Amino acid sequence: MKIFLNNREQEFGQETIKVSEMLFLKKFSFKMKIIKINGVLISKEKYDSTIIQDGDDVQMLYLMSGG
Amino acid sequence: MKFSEIKTHLGKFRVGIAGAGGLGSNCAIALARSGVGTLVLSDFDVIEEPNLNRQYFFTDQVGIMKTIALKENIARINPEVFVIIHQKRLDRTNIPEIFSGCNVIVEAFDRSDMKEMLIETVQLKMHGTPLVVGSGMAGWGKSEDIRCRKIDDTLYVCGDESSEVSDNMPPMAPRVGMVANMQANVVIEILMKMKLKENHS
Repeated sequence: MKIFLNNREQEFGQETIKVSEMLFLKKFSFKMKIIKINGVLISKEKYDSTIIQDGDDVQMLYLMSGG
Repeated sequence: MKFSEIKTHLGKFRVGIAGAGGLGSNCAIALARSGVGTLVLSDFDVIEEPNLNRQYFFTDQVGIMKTIALKENIARINPEVFVIIHQKRLDRTNIPEIFSGCNVIVEAFDRSDMKEMLIETVQLKMHGTPLVVGSGMAGWGKSEDIRCRKIDDTLYVCGDESSEVSDNMPPMAPRVGMVANMQANVVIEILMKMKLKENHS
């Protein structure tokens, strides 16, 4: 499957992938973040149950402390 | 477009600012100077001396609530701005009430867990309200790393998205001010394209 991750094409071997699996495979371990799939925000407790499909537009944003 | 015309347009809108520290105070001042009609400021902190390295306050305001001092400072710059203040710790329940009616919301917190909470709440419970986030502004230098990224029509992020505040990487006036002013610039860009909805109430 191919997805767009922050506007860049990414390939995965599987046909679909859970958000939590994608984070593990891409080593996105930083805790504070926001993930949106096709414009919809996915809350943290749904990372294990939300499935990313072929062609999905995934946006990720890391939140750094400071302000 | 002349500044008087820009000011007249911006005067019709209401902007919410979550936090009145380094990002919030500087962003609010830039929006007030530009003529945004109403600012809704929310913060529960008191000004402390170390805040003065980056926040838009003065030595004689140490010990005062940030919201009250910021309202005073805005009035000294542009008394036409209507400022509404809330001295509350923001949470998932009160955010939609406090910022109801805002045309754009600015995320101006210090802590990353609070940033995350605010973004989740606004995006899930205030559908369609544009949110301008600040992420990554610690330290000094690296001006070229600070940028603005539009994720979609409702979410924008300003900052380098990588530098986190620590003891050896404190938040300082130049980079915090750059991000705060960049957030204000995004707000103005959004508002300049926005037409005011008819009020049928």
